[in-house]
Amino acid sequence: MNIIKNIHDWLFSIMPEGVANIVEMVLIGVAYLTFFAIAGLFLVLMERRVAAWFQLRIGPNRVGYQGLLQTMADALKLVSKELTGTVKADKFLYNLAPYFVIISALMALAVMPFTQEIQAFDINIGIFFLIAISSIGVIGILLGGWASNNKFALIGAMRSGVQTISYELSIGLSLLTMILMTGSLQLSEIVTVQKSGWLIIQGHIPAVIAFMIYMIAGTAETNRAPFDMVEAESELGAGFHTEYSGMKFAYFFLAEFINMFIIAAIATTIFFGAWLSPFGITESIPWLGVFWFMGKTLILVFLMMWFRWTFPRLRVDQLLTLEWKYLLPINLVNIVIMALIVWLNLTIKF
Amino acid sequence: MSYFSDIYKGIKTLLTGMSVTGKYFLTSRKGAITQQYPDNRATLKMFDRFRGEVIMPHDENNEHACTGCQKCEIACPNGTIEIIWDRGINEETGKKKKKIDKFVYHLSLCTMCGLCIDVCPTDAIEWGQNFENSVYDRTKLTRVLNKPESKLRPGIED
Ligand code: SF4
Ligand code: SF4
Repeated sequence: MNIIKNIHDWLFSIMPEGVANIVEMVLIGVAYLTFFAIAGLFLVLMERRVAAWFQLRIGPNRVGYQGLLQTMADALKLVSKELTGTVKADKFLYNLAPYFVIISALMALAVMPFTQEIQAFDINIGIFFLIAISSIGVIGILLGGWASNNKFALIGAMRSGVQTISYELSIGLSLLTMILMTGSLQLSEIVTVQKSGWLIIQGHIPAVIAFMIYMIAGTAETNRAPFDMVEAESELGAGFHTEYSGMKFAYFFLAEFINMFIIAAIATTIFFGAWLSPFGITESIPWLGVFWFMGKTLILVFLMMWFRWTFPRLRVDQLLTLEWKYLLPINLVNIVIMALIVWLNLTIKF
Repeated sequence: MSYFSDIYKGIKTLLTGMSVTGKYFLTSRKGAITQQYPDNRATLKMFDRFRGEVIMPHDENNEHACTGCQKCEIACPNGTIEIIWDRGINEETGKKKKKIDKFVYHLSLCTMCGLCIDVCPTDAIEWGQNFENSVYDRTKLTRVLNKPESKLRPGIED
């Protein structure tokens, strides 16, 4: 995008290089934080409206036009609330936990290729970085649950640990299946490969299976229903964040929604060609890519909401059965099939 | 082999569930079942089987069907109904007869279980539709269901 390049050139023309670099970093940080906040508010509103429609309700429609300001009002309420905590909590870890969750979400956003130019950080181990970062979030949850000094929070955190560690495997393996086709871990290069057809089309059968496994495991990773045993309100109070109030609770809440966005965005990048338009219809106007990226991501987010409001919560043993008896073996077989397809050159390319 | 049929069944039931909610999603904007309550207060109509409160209907002669048998008072699991009764002289036969003085109903205790209404032999009490019961003073929830000067409808007891 030219505007970004212009700002970059302008910054470097009016100040010395070192200062300009720092100013640029700060600006990018602010931009991402703004995006983070807006996306969080928007996703919460979207979830509530979509959930209402799935359940034949109306949903929030009072604050602002069609309820558009509802989540703003909620955020204001949360900010103004008192921050409470338990006396015997481990104060340092207790306060640290929300930031862990938030920061890991932000770091994952940084490597997302929104368009060819809008990508804060294009490292050559992009996918690996994403997988690594997404597992740091669970440390925040474990810390929060443990430091709260509350048995329900601790049980919630342990359940989250079990769940995330198991499903991490499926996410990694299903992404690995796709890496076999691109031959690179760098996100921008993965997108370039997809110029001759999105990977889900290039890889056909094993790619579709990998996509399904990825979506299931991704939903479990973000602790959303039907995998939300972490927050099982009937058994655990609110799960790992029982002791958190006000803004600290909101951090966990926001991070859950941003994580959902990230899972969908990774799927968009790996399976659906990120900012590439179908059949290259807008290839001459590269900045339109951001709309394609957002559009595809929101469709996948919608799919996750559809899951959530359709299926009842699994039991913890069912959850582990699903992962270890079904997803993992299928995944391993799938990876071999994919390797065969790539080896025999059976991929579909345009 | 049940491993693969399990996977097949799993995916099939998944899709069935999603098609149901998907249909809801598409039709909900027309047929949402939620009521926009304070806005539609004037037109709001509750369902016939809605249990709002226990009422005792009176006819145009200010007569009700309660004989004061106290079956409802006994049936009520939490003492919501208190019947204060008296004896009056029946004009035709000159015999003393039981009649209610006050039928006291504590709405704040009532669980809307319906036992009193089921047990009443003369169908003297039934469900009302009113649900806007908030008051600032709890004593307002204690109601006398029979209207002043009302009496038993003739022919009920025979
Ligand atoms: S309301 Fe019915 S059950 Fe109760 S005292 Fe009157 S007649 Fe008997
Ligand atoms: S509905 Fe149940 S609780 Fe209420 S007055 Fe009748 S018997 Fe008692």
